[in-house]
Amino acid sequence: MAFLSYLISGLGLGSVYAIIALGYSMVYGIAKMLNFAHGDVIMVGAYVSFFAMTVAGVPFAVSVPAAVLVCTLLGMTVERLAYKPLRQASSLAVLITAIGVSYFLQNGAQLLWGSDTKIYPTILPGAVSLFGGQLSVSYLTIVTILTCILIMVCLMLFINKTRTGKAMRACSEDKGAATLMGINVNKIISITFAIGSGLAAIAAVLLCATYPSVYPTLGSMPGIRAFTAAVFGGIGSIPGAFLGGLLLGVIETFAKAYISTQLSDAIVFAVLIIVLLIKPTGLLGHKISEKV
Amino acid sequence: MLKVENLVVKYGMIEAIKGISFEVNDGEIVTLIGSNGAGKTTTMQTISGLLKPASGSVLLDGVDLTKTAPHKIVPMGLAQVPEGRRVFAQQTVAENLELGAYCRRDKEGIRADMENVYELFPRLRERKNQLAGTLSGGEQQMLAMARALMAKPKIMLMDEPSMGLSPLLVKEIFRIIEDINRQGTTVLLVEQNAKMALAIADRAYVLETGKIILEGTGAELAASEQVRKAYLGG
Ligand SMILES: Nc1ncnc2c1ncn2[C@@H]1O[C@H](COP(=O)(O)OP(=O)(O)OP(=O)(O)O)[C@@H](O)[C@H]1O
Ligand SMILES: [Mg+2]
Repeated sequence: MAFLSYLISGLGLGSVYAIIALGYSMVYGIAKMLNFAHGDVIMVGAYVSFFAMTVAGVPFAVSVPAAVLVCTLLGMTVERLAYKPLRQASSLAVLITAIGVSYFLQNGAQLLWGSDTKIYPTILPGAVSLFGGQLSVSYLTIVTILTCILIMVCLMLFINKTRTGKAMRACSEDKGAATLMGINVNKIISITFAIGSGLAAIAAVLLCATYPSVYPTLGSMPGIRAFTAAVFGGIGSIPGAFLGGLLLGVIETFAKAYISTQLSDAIVFAVLIIVLLIKPTGLLGHKISEKV
Repeated sequence: MLKVENLVVKYGMIEAIKGISFEVNDGEIVTLIGSNGAGKTTTMQTISGLLKPASGSVLLDGVDLTKTAPHKIVPMGLAQVPEGRRVFAQQTVAENLELGAYCRRDKEGIRADMENVYELFPRLRERKNQLAGTLSGGEQQMLAMARALMAKPKIMLMDEPSMGLSPLLVKEIFRIIEDINRQGTTVLLVEQNAKMALAIADRAYVLETGKIILEGTGAELAASEQVRKAYLGG
């Protein structure tokens, strides 16, 4: 029963990683860049929903769309101001810029909101008790996993069925050829950042509901984990980000439970390295038909 | 229809196109011939807006394309079959054709044109649910042409459509180009296969290291001593 309980909480954590990893992966697939500031968009989303509830006094359900809105605009603004001028620049220049944006957001948050840790309100307390009380699964975990699945299904439908989604796939393959079809590549990149950042906001509230502390560097660790998850699953692949996120969450939780809390990161990276040695493109990296 | 004036295109410091002018009239097939590195692809990419020129203009029915956002050029009636085909390998044949019609909103018209291109290229119909990356080189070339046709262009640019194809297929491709032209699409054709290109062209220009050195009707250039020596093998 303990095993099952770890598995479920691992899936919950993995769902959050997966949602963040989707943003990383989509942006990589379209803009061919690692957006290192992605984790810090999560942090901004966390602050927005925190202040919406504590200062503006709106309910959680209203704070989520507020965070999504702010993060979406933030993502598009960062892309427009910091990355778009570098479209022709080397990938190293873009990477350094992304790291710069990351520091900018962290320091900005520190300046605006202080470096002290704020306690996020309790969301969705309670749990379902199963097997005559032997297994208890929190509502929050259930909502987190379901949200992740819903996002995944919507994204797949969007990418494969809509006009914009198809244009995204075309851009991920060949931006020049996409332009020759009359696709506005800059707009597609902007939409990609908007979606990725909106997802980061959703990840932020789920994360803070589980680990209720809000502070300026809050996004770094989940950001790195989710980046690992994206690489693990095959960066650029949407199902890959999903699978990579879930697996990473489960592996991390099991490693903490059965081996050692201190070693859990090392174990996660050991698994990543082994996977990449066997399959350099990541788990689903070859399924190019679903790449964005 | 299309008028290129004093076009200069640079890659960094290097001037690849050194001030060329030429025009394509309604209903014509015009060919631009020249050897490797002459600047043919550079010219085509500049017309389609993928490259910005250092100076000069490209007028499509009087509108300067060099001042137009690249994605707005296709809806103005100009489509390109790029060098090396550049089909979307990870999408199916049918999805590639849909992308060709990306700028159009007339669902009925798109469906009818899809039917037309399948008539023109029956092999694409047989393979419509196949990933474009798994097509043979010749089939990919046909797909690239069909995809450009789906935009319903007034003028179609083709960059070396015969490259890498068997002689039989080259004939087929040139026959189709004439077909497309007969059905009312103006064609600007870039070729290294000067013989075939001059045979179907109304007019032709010879491009050498970024400059136009000769121009005339297809027949005139095919008969010219200079062209025969340099491009037709004597
Ligand atoms: N991206 C680039 N950067 C720098 N120089 C380039 C670039 N692309 C082309 N060139 C140079 O510009 C000149 C013209 O190239 P272009 O591709 O237009 O020739 P082309 O006539 O299409 O040749 P081919 O018949 O081989 O396709 C060449 O000297 C080439 O080396
Ligand atoms: Mg060329």
